[in-house]
Amino acid sequence: MSRGRPTGWLLALVLTWLVVYPIALVTLDSVHGSEGWTAQYLVAFVRDSHEWGALWNSVWISIASVALAGVVGIPLAFVFERLEFPGQRILGALVALPAVLPPLVGVIAFLFLYGETGFVGRVIGALLGTNQAPWRLQGWGAILLVHAYSMYVYFYLFTRAGLAKVDSSMIEAAHSLGHGARSTLFKVTLPLLRPQIGAAALLTFMTSLGSFSAPYIFGGGFRVMTTQIVTSKLNGDLRTSMVETVALAVVAFAGLVLFRRSQGTRSVAAVGKGTPPTARSLVQPMARWSAAALGWTFAVVLLLPHATLILVSLIPVGTWSTQLLPPEYTLGNYQALLAEPERLRPLVNSVWMAATATFAALAIALWAGRVVVQRRVVLRKPIETLTTLPWAVPGTVLAIALAMTFSVRAPWVGRWVLVGTVLILPIAYMVRNIPIVCGSVLAGFRQLDPSLDEAAASLGADRWRTVWRVTVPLLRPALLAGGALAFATALGDFVTSIVLYTFETRPISIEILAALREFDIGIAAAYGVVLMLISAAAMAVGTRR
Amino acid sequence: MSEAAGERDRDGMTTPYLQLNNLTKRFGDQIAIDDLTLDVERGTVLALLGPSGSGKTTTLRLLAGFERPDAGSIVVDGKDVTAMSPAQRRFGMVFQHYALFPHLTVGENIAFGLSERSAADRRLRVAEVLEMVDLADFAEREVTALSGGQQQRVAVARALAPEPRVLLLDEPLSNLDPGLRERTRRELRQALAQTHVTTVFVTHEQDEAFALGDCVAVINRGSLEQVGSARDLYEHPATRFVATFVGRASVISGTVASRDRVRVLGGIEWPAELSGALREGAAVSVVVRPEALRFTEGVGVGGTVVECRYTGARAFFLVQTEGEELEIEAPATAAKVGDPVRVTATRTRAYGEDR
Repeated sequence: MSRGRPTGWLLALVLTWLVVYPIALVTLDSVHGSEGWTAQYLVAFVRDSHEWGALWNSVWISIASVALAGVVGIPLAFVFERLEFPGQRILGALVALPAVLPPLVGVIAFLFLYGETGFVGRVIGALLGTNQAPWRLQGWGAILLVHAYSMYVYFYLFTRAGLAKVDSSMIEAAHSLGHGARSTLFKVTLPLLRPQIGAAALLTFMTSLGSFSAPYIFGGGFRVMTTQIVTSKLNGDLRTSMVETVALAVVAFAGLVLFRRSQGTRSVAAVGKGTPPTARSLVQPMARWSAAALGWTFAVVLLLPHATLILVSLIPVGTWSTQLLPPEYTLGNYQALLAEPERLRPLVNSVWMAATATFAALAIALWAGRVVVQRRVVLRKPIETLTTLPWAVPGTVLAIALAMTFSVRAPWVGRWVLVGTVLILPIAYMVRNIPIVCGSVLAGFRQLDPSLDEAAASLGADRWRTVWRVTVPLLRPALLAGGALAFATALGDFVTSIVLYTFETRPISIEILAALREFDIGIAAAYGVVLMLISAAAMAVGTRR
Repeated sequence: MSEAAGERDRDGMTTPYLQLNNLTKRFGDQIAIDDLTLDVERGTVLALLGPSGSGKTTTLRLLAGFERPDAGSIVVDGKDVTAMSPAQRRFGMVFQHYALFPHLTVGENIAFGLSERSAADRRLRVAEVLEMVDLADFAEREVTALSGGQQQRVAVARALAPEPRVLLLDEPLSNLDPGLRERTRRELRQALAQTHVTTVFVTHEQDEAFALGDCVAVINRGSLEQVGSARDLYEHPATRFVATFVGRASVISGTVASRDRVRVLGGIEWPAELSGALREGAAVSVVVRPEALRFTEGVGVGGTVVECRYTGARAFFLVQTEGEELEIEAPATAAKVGDPVRVTATRTRAYGEDR
């Protein structure tokens, strides 16, 4: 494997350059300016109560999001995994749908549904005779609502996957040792699910901490760190935005370490093998129908945002003012999207940038996979760490770091001016995609028999041929799954785009925002629907077996 | 099931500790347990022996309360427990794959069933049962770090800790290496004898059933075939199934010649115990043990030796006769493959064709 060494080091270098280097530069620059070392900005940050407030808001909103998403997602997983009732299968799949709704699209769907002039608002308003909703969808409540809605899916999917693997004899053992259903749940089932619930909690925490769309649209006067950073950056207050970026990165890193610590080291992998418990069929008509009713109600509530988005996308510009329901529906918005070159451009931009970023990330994942599975490679751990690191970096942090790193020309320290070119967004998307794709592909690599490579080599295939004819076909499911998720994420990206886009490279999310500003809600919704459909299609391809 | 019922004669005896009365369990259209009635005396070990799919594990799960019977009742110490949940029954269960909780230590696993006791009491009891299964210093260990044999002992200790009224074991040795099995079996036997706990265990291996069980119940297709001591089952099998499932035996067809003789191939008559009332001339299955057959120079069933399996001084010979095969145990030098031989029997059992 001596051949592998130099490429391994090269990979480590590339990953360090893309992932660690920009963040290190931001950290350095926050205390080091043209005038030399300075703690001035740091001191200003520490002294500013607004900054502390925003940081604290970010933290508690994230913790509350974890709690809320868990409270919704975990019981839901139990209901759908353990009970059998009419419609359980189809509803079980529908409940996972928020996963394909890009954050910004989810946010505007909520706006159209629960906002002051949204459907629910109008109906309630009409009932009260005020023609306006008696609430404002703003502040921390609105942010939490959106977070819980979009992130319970992590708890739901992870818990279900965990439950499907819990050995039924564990539960029976607890029962036969005198523990009832409640005690068994808290002393056996939930502790056994700790890895899955912990992973979902961490993912939710990180996602909330980096969440930008919800606070940006709904925040009002409520500040969190991500919106602070972007505001500072857009105000041209670069140094402040860097200090803020470093603060958020530190919190994210601390969160990661704390979660890992609390997960402990004790393995909960089952001893021996077992059979998962079978779903309990509800025979009692009452229980059966109340479970079904509950499931259906939930599914309808969850699908309402999707449906709202489709409905709004059919409303022609300026036809819906004070009426309860829009008076007119046409396909005009979609025609505008496809017919007007300036409206079509963001669609084309998003698709090609997301595709390029995904393929680049896949190439890196394959490269990393080959290095990681090779025997006796000192680089295995560092490369695994480097590929998971961007995941703990909030999107805003990464965007600011890249913006700063690649706005200076200094080739001898690995810096070029890429900001303002067509390259910067695909690079940003790619770095964000690396953990998603590598997670899936490296897991696939570990299941591959390493002697397959050697077999191919002994049959005279060179390295490229081996990768193309043996590795890629065998990893197809992992590549597809990781690639689809990465593509959907990049396609709907808003948080890095808003920092790094130019008018020529503006993606769909930026155009949605622009349309919203001009009160072109139909156009915004139409973009949202297109985004949702492409994401759903990609996910469907990715999860096909 | 006339003989099985005959053994349930309770004249002058106290009521058995554990009673299974007319248990029936269906899964969909399939009958897993069909009208099963069985008693276990206090402090004895009952083995449920049967081929896979016979319903023995279902019986155990009915006892544990993990399944509810469609009909029949389970009575412990005179009290009906059929409607009780597993938690209320106070039956200990050792699972086939042990089902040790991986998130708890050995000690915590064992203390799991002791939550009603005080902390000091719990510690004492954990130490006590660990001592009993010879794992005295293991309380702090992770269960995932134990060997298969140690895990099995922890599982037994955990089930015994709350002093269960009945101990249930599901294939307790099936997960162990053959080398370890013998030793573990002895240790298990010892632990059961020490605690005098009434025990029911499931196995598909005759050796295990005979070595551990005071009493063996043979189950086939959801029905009880016979209950008795190992010797009873071997020497007086009540049904053709028991005769062939327990121990080695050849089965050939024949007819009843008289009250104690059957007529087999070539009109040759062998002594036989008739199972049930069979009239003369009735077609029967004749079951004969290898050790009850021998080669003879005189009158016998003619055939050819087709196989010889040495086990040392003795050997098992497979003799092919007209359309049927006989397995004979004899001195290793008695015959060679290819030899024409004649075979006679000292004792056989005959079962009506419907059995």
